[in-house]
Amino acid sequence: MVEISSVISKFYNDYVQNTPKKLKLVDIYLGYILLTGIIQFVYCVLVGTFPFNSFLSGFISTVSCFVLAVCLRLQANPQNKAVFSGISPERGFADFIFAHVILFLVVMNFIG
Amino acid sequence: MTVDITGGSSGAATKARGFLTWEKREHLVKLAILILAAVLSFATRLFSVLRFESVIHEFDPYFNYRTTRFLAEQGFYKFHNWFDDRAWYPLGRIIGGTIYPGLMVTSAALYRLMWLLNITIDIRNVCVFLAPFFSSLTTLVTYALTKEIHSTGAGLVAAALISIVPGYISRSVAGSYDNEGIAIFCMLFTYYLWIKAVKTGTIFWSAVSALAYFYMVSSWGGYVFLINLIPLHVIALMFTGRFSHRIYIAYSTLYCVGTILSMQISFVGFQPIQSSEHMLALGVFGLCQIHAFVDYLRSRMPKDHFEILFKTLVSSVISVVLIIGTVLTITGKVSPWTGRFYSLLDPSYAKNHIPIIASVSEHQPTSWSSFYFDLQILVFLFPAGLYFCFARLTDSNIFIILYGVTSIYFAGVMVRLMLVLAPVMCILSGIAISHLLAKYIKSVDAGGAKLASESKRQHKKLEQQTGGVKSEVAIGFVSIITLMLIVYTFHCTWVTSEAYSSPSIVLSARSHDGGRIIFDDFREAYYWLQMNTPEDARIMSWWDYGYQITAMANRTILVDNNTWNNTHISRVGQAMASSEEKAYEIMRELDVDYVLVIFGGLTGYSSDDINKFLWMVRIGGSTDRGAHIKEKDYYAANGEFRVDKEGSPTLLNCLMYKMCYYRFGQMYTEGGKAQGYDRVRAAEIGNKDFELDVLEEAYTTEHWLVRIYKVKDLPNRGV
Repeated sequence: MVEISSVISKFYNDYVQNTPKKLKLVDIYLGYILLTGIIQFVYCVLVGTFPFNSFLSGFISTVSCFVLAVCLRLQANPQNKAVFSGISPERGFADFIFAHVILFLVVMNFIG
Repeated sequence: MTVDITGGSSGAATKARGFLTWEKREHLVKLAILILAAVLSFATRLFSVLRFESVIHEFDPYFNYRTTRFLAEQGFYKFHNWFDDRAWYPLGRIIGGTIYPGLMVTSAALYRLMWLLNITIDIRNVCVFLAPFFSSLTTLVTYALTKEIHSTGAGLVAAALISIVPGYISRSVAGSYDNEGIAIFCMLFTYYLWIKAVKTGTIFWSAVSALAYFYMVSSWGGYVFLINLIPLHVIALMFTGRFSHRIYIAYSTLYCVGTILSMQISFVGFQPIQSSEHMLALGVFGLCQIHAFVDYLRSRMPKDHFEILFKTLVSSVISVVLIIGTVLTITGKVSPWTGRFYSLLDPSYAKNHIPIIASVSEHQPTSWSSFYFDLQILVFLFPAGLYFCFARLTDSNIFIILYGVTSIYFAGVMVRLMLVLAPVMCILSGIAISHLLAKYIKSVDAGGAKLASESKRQHKKLEQQTGGVKSEVAIGFVSIITLMLIVYTFHCTWVTSEAYSSPSIVLSARSHDGGRIIFDDFREAYYWLQMNTPEDARIMSWWDYGYQITAMANRTILVDNNTWNNTHISRVGQAMASSEEKAYEIMRELDVDYVLVIFGGLTGYSSDDINKFLWMVRIGGSTDRGAHIKEKDYYAANGEFRVDKEGSPTLLNCLMYKMCYYRFGQMYTEGGKAQGYDRVRAAEIGNKDFELDVLEEAYTTEHWLVRIYKVKDLPNRGV
């Protein structure tokens, strides 16, 4: 147990020091989405999923936003330059918005 | 075809040689080959239109045609909310919620577009020519997909091969207006975009492939194959250590956006997160997240630290997943696998458990000869293509290998899945042929290389690649390949013209003097029904003819080709298999006004109702109310199914027999045989002189193919 907590604290320090500001911003956004996801999950456990389509569209949109933000983070991370040759962060952001447009059009249709 | 293309393209090239650079010429040749292949794939599917007329074929297409007409006339909202009271009397059917609307929407949209451009085409013609049109598009998409996976040359060969492959033509000739016609295009298009997404790792391509996936879901139930194949690809990449951020982006985006998109089709509904068929995709999605997270952690900390963290994470995640999985399965949230998929995994499942699935001929296991019949040389080139893919393994090659291997299994299980196999056969064969030709054709050129090399680049290419093979060997090899391709072309054309181009609604046969006889009895009967029966008449027939009757005669029917209610079909089967009195009770119960049977005994049309009769007995006896109907009662003493004097008395007195052979005992059908000689069963019928008590003959078509009977009313009291 002690080992694990020391590992985690070391990891945290490393994160705070070595992550660019842009990525930290994305991480805050990710944390926020995670929070909404958890709230929705708690809600569905306590109250139920009755309008199932509404619940699903809410939950799936949360998951998708999270995943898309992770994708954006991966593309914007300077460490991954080699993997994504020819994709600038700006291009990544435009793609990100494109996917969101599709996603939210569908979610609005599905939420009922 | 190959001849056509090479001839045409070299002609174009010669013309262009004077004023174009090498690259431009190459483009022109590519373009010419592609256009020719696309045009050819359209043209070769027109046999039936030329031979008969522009009609819709077979059974299911009639339903699609009817719904398309409704959509084109009434608009999408009415279509979406359509409750059809003409089918499944007295139950009815909610059409909007029980079909894949992609096909209808596509053709209605094309129809509208044509009218917008002042091309006043009939909706029926849009439906008839939709499948050939989409197969042209498939040709182009196959080129793009193969080009992404291997090379341009392979793409061109694959496009040429797929334009005429019989396995695909069988489902996409003009008039065969069915979901598969556009679904194959959608499937390959999704694969193309998926490969693109895997290669580039952009969100854009995977979002677009999610849209293509949506189109695929909207058009065919076979999308399940796709949503299992792509996760399988991802898993394979993980195991081979090729998982990267690119694949994470491609798959996560595709899965998230694709799942919610697919739920917009009301027939699919919530299945993507509930049914077991989609669980692989969900599981792989979860696995992707974990894999990516672990990769991230690994990159940020020293090795021993990482291992501690990793062990804790793995044990906790596995226990949580197990608990959730068990709870969901026990509470029934995750539905058990449906019969059709069990029958995919275990070919004998359907035969043993569900007679209605086993009774459909296209659900039967494929025989070896039909592989050769539908694919010809591709069968032999397929392993070669696989070998070349293995020899130079990349992310996208793994995909095509998986696609090939899984689809060859599924094609072996079910005849109609040959359709899924055909494209990958073409792609892999295309790779094989282009690889082999590229290797040998250099040596053929080697002698005349100095003449041919005009530009420096070409010269370099030739210098690099000549080597090893003698010119004579190369010439021999190339000519053998060419010969094989030419034979393939002839085989494909022959198969298309002989086997896959009959509309089965209009039959044709050769008379003794070699002329062509047309039997148009089906349409004759349906037209009679439309003109001579009351608007609300209810017609009982075996389910095969349900769609045709509603579409062409516009009358209410009891069962149709959408075999969703087994007990109802079974009830009809019981009526057909019972004696007249029992059948009358059932027919009164179901409010039947007319009964329609297909009889081929006079013309020798072999897929008539007597030959399907054993299935009616089996399906009729498969439910509780039909428990008294036993299959062995209908066999003769020696265990054969026969209609002559030796046939079982139960058979000779059942409703179906009487309806088919009523007044047939007085007919002379073939020279030198007695009266009542059945030309399909090659036997003189056993029960000749009988009268019908509860039915009266209403109409019999010219060649006796369709016979219609009216159900008599209850007799007056005291008579």
